[in-house]
Amino acid sequence: MTFQQPKLDTSPKVSDEVRQTTCYMCACRCGINVHMKDGPDGKKEVAYIEGNRDHPVNKGVLCAKGSAGIMQVNAPSRLKKPLKRVGPRGSGEYVEIEWEEALSTAVGWLTELHETAPHKLAFFTGRDQSQSFTSFWAQHFGTPNYAAHGGFCSVNMAAAGIYTMGGAFWEFGQPDWDHTKLFMIFGVAEDHDSNPIKAGIGKIKARGAKVIGVNPVRSGYNAVADEWVGITPGTDGLFVLALVHELMKAGKIDLHYLAQYTNAPVLIDGETGLLMRDDDGKQLVIDRTTGKLTPFDQKGVQPDLSAQYRHAGVTHKTVMHLMAEKYLDPQYAPENVAERTGISAQKIKTIAAELARVAFDEAFELDQEWTDFRGETHKTMTGRPVSFHAMRGISAHSNGFQTCRALHVLQILLGTVEVPGGFRFKPPYPKPVEAHPTPHGVGRPGKPLAGPHLGFPRGPEDLQINDDGTACRIDKAFTWENPMSVHGLMHMVISNAHAGDPYPIDTLFMYMANMSWNSSMNTSGVIKMLTDRNEDGRYKIPRIIYSDAYSSEMVAYADLILPDTTYLERHDCISLLDRPICEADGAADAIRWPVVEPDRDVRGFQSVLVELGARIGLPGFLNEDGTPKWKDYADYIVNHERRPGVGPLAGFRGEDGDQFGRGEVNPGQLDRYIENGGFAIQHVPDAARYMKPWNMDYQDWAVKIGLFDAPQPFLFQLYVEPMRKFQRAAEGHGDRQPPEHLRDRLKEVMDPLPIWYPPLEDASIDPEEFDVHALTQRPMAMYHSWGTQNAWLRQLHGENPLYLPTKLWQKHGFAEGDWARVTSVHGEITVPVAHQAALNENTVWTWNAIGKRKGTWALSEDAPESNKGFLLNHLIHELLPPKGDGLRWANSDPITGQAAWFDLRVKLEKVVAPSESQPTFDPIQSPVAQGPSDLKWKVGK
Amino acid sequence: MHPAPSVIIFSTLSGLGFGLLFWLGIDPTPPTGMTGFIFFAIAFALAVGGLLSSTFHLGHPERAWRAFSQWRTSWLSREGVCAVGALCILGLYAAALIFLNIHIAILGWIGAALSVATVFTTSMIYGQLATVPRWKTPLTPALYLTFSIAGGALLSGRTTIAIALLFFAAAVQLAWWQRGDKAFANSGTDLGTATGLGERGTVRSMAHPHTSPNYLMKEFVYVIGRKHAMKLRVIAFGLTFALPLILLLLPFSHIFAALAVLSHIAGVATSRWLFFAEAEHVVGLYYGMR
Amino acid sequence: MTTLPTSTDRKLGLVIDLDTCVGCHACVISCKGWNTENYGAPLSDQRPYGTEPMGTFLNRVHSYEVQPEAGSAQTVHFPKSCLHCEDAPCVTVCPTGASYKRVEDGIVLVNEDSCIGCGLCAWACPYGAREMDQAEGVMKKCTLCVDRIYNENLPEEDQIPSCVRTCPAGARHFGDLGDPNSDVSQLVESRGGFDLMPEMGTKPVNKYLPPRLKDSWDDQSLLAPMLAPVADEPRGFLSWLDKTLDKIPGGSA
Repeated sequence: MTFQQPKLDTSPKVSDEVRQTTCYMCACRCGINVHMKDGPDGKKEVAYIEGNRDHPVNKGVLCAKGSAGIMQVNAPSRLKKPLKRVGPRGSGEYVEIEWEEALSTAVGWLTELHETAPHKLAFFTGRDQSQSFTSFWAQHFGTPNYAAHGGFCSVNMAAAGIYTMGGAFWEFGQPDWDHTKLFMIFGVAEDHDSNPIKAGIGKIKARGAKVIGVNPVRSGYNAVADEWVGITPGTDGLFVLALVHELMKAGKIDLHYLAQYTNAPVLIDGETGLLMRDDDGKQLVIDRTTGKLTPFDQKGVQPDLSAQYRHAGVTHKTVMHLMAEKYLDPQYAPENVAERTGISAQKIKTIAAELARVAFDEAFELDQEWTDFRGETHKTMTGRPVSFHAMRGISAHSNGFQTCRALHVLQILLGTVEVPGGFRFKPPYPKPVEAHPTPHGVGRPGKPLAGPHLGFPRGPEDLQINDDGTACRIDKAFTWENPMSVHGLMHMVISNAHAGDPYPIDTLFMYMANMSWNSSMNTSGVIKMLTDRNEDGRYKIPRIIYSDAYSSEMVAYADLILPDTTYLERHDCISLLDRPICEADGAADAIRWPVVEPDRDVRGFQSVLVELGARIGLPGFLNEDGTPKWKDYADYIVNHERRPGVGPLAGFRGEDGDQFGRGEVNPGQLDRYIENGGFAIQHVPDAARYMKPWNMDYQDWAVKIGLFDAPQPFLFQLYVEPMRKFQRAAEGHGDRQPPEHLRDRLKEVMDPLPIWYPPLEDASIDPEEFDVHALTQRPMAMYHSWGTQNAWLRQLHGENPLYLPTKLWQKHGFAEGDWARVTSVHGEITVPVAHQAALNENTVWTWNAIGKRKGTWALSEDAPESNKGFLLNHLIHELLPPKGDGLRWANSDPITGQAAWFDLRVKLEKVVAPSESQPTFDPIQSPVAQGPSDLKWKVGK
Repeated sequence: MHPAPSVIIFSTLSGLGFGLLFWLGIDPTPPTGMTGFIFFAIAFALAVGGLLSSTFHLGHPERAWRAFSQWRTSWLSREGVCAVGALCILGLYAAALIFLNIHIAILGWIGAALSVATVFTTSMIYGQLATVPRWKTPLTPALYLTFSIAGGALLSGRTTIAIALLFFAAAVQLAWWQRGDKAFANSGTDLGTATGLGERGTVRSMAHPHTSPNYLMKEFVYVIGRKHAMKLRVIAFGLTFALPLILLLLPFSHIFAALAVLSHIAGVATSRWLFFAEAEHVVGLYYGMR
Repeated sequence: MTTLPTSTDRKLGLVIDLDTCVGCHACVISCKGWNTENYGAPLSDQRPYGTEPMGTFLNRVHSYEVQPEAGSAQTVHFPKSCLHCEDAPCVTVCPTGASYKRVEDGIVLVNEDSCIGCGLCAWACPYGAREMDQAEGVMKKCTLCVDRIYNENLPEEDQIPSCVRTCPAGARHFGDLGDPNSDVSQLVESRGGFDLMPEMGTKPVNKYLPPRLKDSWDDQSLLAPMLAPVADEPRGFLSWLDKTLDKIPGGSA
């Protein structure tokens, strides 16, 4: 009998139409092909989502979140109409109202504030990808109180990068995946950025390049690392400085690079500790050929790293000299950091040797001529194939800023930044501090703020404090408590507003931020603050407006809900003015557009802001005749100009749509983006691909496309002068003086060269009692995702155990299915545990934000998220435990104010399993119906 | 393995039914008339009832007719063919006996052979599965066949033969358990071979692919009641063999005989529950379970 | 027809690189998306917003730890789907002929119109590659995206399984493992690709590439040469610096 098999149609129709837009399942901003099919009613419906092969970010690949987008668009948790609170806050009792009522209510509240006391509006946006627009709105409102979520995310990394070298990782730059041979990744597991890091690791592994993972937890990227360094949390800076010690001691640093492109040869004024400058403010070096003091940027200058300059009885040393004095100190010797970091001295030495070997012995020349800012032309570019990456893991500590600085300095010492094989910036970065604005925080009734809220302080003069020393901003950003808090402190807003410190506010206006749940430290406390009332019965935070697309935990605590669209139903621009999608080889931006129309009475939040702006009468939102300037967000995207010829979108500008970066407004711009797959890209010329801060080809190209208005070559700042200015103030110099209780701390932490100090929590508690470090990370399939508990993704991670290392597992006699009580100095939780051997022996961890409150996200009350899932947030407070000095000390980095999530220390005990994870919360009455009991999603026949 | 009630009922009842049919088929002096009707009615009720019960676990019972097509490779298909063949032929045989009082011996022999074949094919559905080491043994067909024929003998009132066969089946059952308890370990399959990582060290499942149980875990990893397995074995053994044997060895009484049959059926059902519940599928290894 | 073909023209399958898989589940969800919308019945989900949500998935990623005799434990993310075995036991047990192995490319498929949902094929599969869809009552399994790989409505570069197309780390490879010169066969050859449960005799077509040896620095005997110090304290360093600067181009000497 012959073999028979059914006939099969192997070429079925895939879809009726493909619409290309930008993913928003996380912050990665991949290009997606949304396959549409005709639904039963003839309307096109989303049938399948895949990556866009032409897109610069993901080049066709797509992560689990991206492919699950279809379950986001049909999510039962989507809000359907504006809501007005009718029960007490937290009850979830709402009535649906019309948009006109919602908008006029908001306009009523906000107009009065705008005209009388704009600072009484606190406008904070969470996972916002339209910050150049939302900040523009807030600036025109006149409130100093605006920021996004960087303060509780990764500001340490971003700020340390900008101050040191004009940019950091992720959105600022990427490893040179094509050439790197040794890739060292710190503290990053399932973190930023998503697909490009995976693709890069895949690419270099295919070449046989080595990956070193430094992380207490061996999951995700660390699982594929060839060498795993299971470091003790909070000691990364110490480990990095030990590497610096070893490399300097062995002379394995790139002297040419340091001399030419960094402030290592710049002289430090022996009296002030400030950089020596000429009358034009240019940093001064000794020219090794002439032995004379000269500005660093002169043609033919050979800056001398080892010079000393004696003048008027004072010796001025180079930065390199100070670094030798600091880092050759035995406190940084591997033997002396081994115990603290949990890494053997041998291993530290081996890693240092390997970094040096690859950087110097495997150096190569790329045959590419280029001209530097001193006017010298080089025949080749020298490659040093070592690259690094790090994000939240090392950032979210109270020593995170200095740790990130240390890592940037390590890269620079090896000469691996902006060289082939090393770390490469993505346009518009690198951008030195000088190219960034300073912060503005003085609100003026009825008028816009004088400049952007967030900026980079150059010294005490840029602090946003009043003459009496009180903070201008509700989050106390840019104060002596955290002078360089360049992303604001969203995690302090509710706490400060509740305390009326520095002042009470009237309206809290938030977007996409789950502050009554996983986005806050001290969740229970925040819930109480949101519901706490004054003696007169009014809430302490009188009004809360919140915009969200889904029935999140935060919805229940707002008085007015403005329902947002899902990401496939809206316009957005991922702008070069903000956080673009550039790659090292190209400047690029992208849009979202409504590939499906909402089937509910919801509106894109940015369009709502456009309308609110016009109705409140904000100056930037009205034409001269008082008519609204823009119809909606799409109109703003196309027609707004930040500087003449430069708008939110760089692509397809000018009358014919053939200009990139600079050009007149093109009314057909969005259509051109849609035709082009939802993005625009301008490639970096070959000669400009590396050495960008010093490469005149790059500088000229950047000016041409409007990234900046004049070339701005600069030196990498190993020694950060603005920090020294704050330190000097703490030493008693200058008019603006810190309060006495902060003086010593500022002297210590504002060191202009990277240092390490123990996480601040360690000093406030008994580390012997709380002997275990506790961490969280987001799983890759949910990293940075905003929105519902997606029907497909929640099956991957519907509950979260606390993972324990073998030592603790055995010590407490745990077995599978057991539960533990986990106690910090602040609170306790009781949760399920699981065993993980590849884990730092004093560290426990869990997946973050799996736990959900009953009654939210359209889940049933018996959902695992609300019964076995839990948050570690209950153990973390926004303040450190009282020290008995009567002061409130924030659980934040004292430089940037970054929330120190990962400083947490706990103790464990085995307990009888309770019926559900503790603590428990009352269910919220859901504003949406519970999801269906079965799902069979198929659009086509 | 998940002990699906439909499959336990099926294999218990149809095993007995085909066992009874076997004896009726080879009986040189089979019952006729009303006696014949009662015997055949019981046998058919058990066999057909069991078969019908087995269709309850199908996703698409209306397509069950398709199952006759793949007898070349599939034991399940062969079972269907044999069962239908046995039932048709013995149906004719029974009709002739009951209504015509004619004994067509050749039909009886063919039907008996097909009845035994049906039980054998049923047993081979399990006995063929390398994925369940406890089942993958010639002892599995031996177990099913001896149970079936002994049970048939008991039902048909062949006391002496039943006593002998029950002893024999009891021995097979003990041997099957004895071997079964070591089968997984002896199979050579473990998480090391399942993942190919065994040579690097001890492999341990750290996290399941999904945090809630899936079809595979529900179907193949059944741990509930495992700790009672030994108790249940004693009960199964007592009910299937010991009690019926005692009752049969006592002076004959219809009540004792009926009790022996009921005890046996309850015992076989318990044994079959254990047959599934104790069976460990290798796929459990991937979940760090067995 | 559940008789296995005596041979297949090609042996299409996947090669999964355990050295590169970061365990992101991208393949799992992409597969879910494509196969919900395409071949046969949608992959349903039970209690998608409730307790114990349970959906049909054709590809799942496990996480294992390997504890070597000495040194750190290693984490291995382990995607698993149908291996399209040459001697596929799931095919021969099928009573209806719904399960079959294609003669032209060796893909093992279920013809859902003929499937009675008896579940025996899933019992016969050692790998857990088949899942009964609870809503449709038929057996679902990886089709190797048979409706993509020959699909003329897709650009040629997209005529690959959806899991391979989406894998961000490039840990999944698709090709003809029957052709010793194919890229996938070469990869298996050079990286020591292996079968899962070879003792089952199923002859899987899909292969796994082992993780490369890890943590060599934990073995003190294999340590790379250490750096030789040029100085032990700042003064010595600065004098080394001065001397060295003289030697590099542009130095004063």
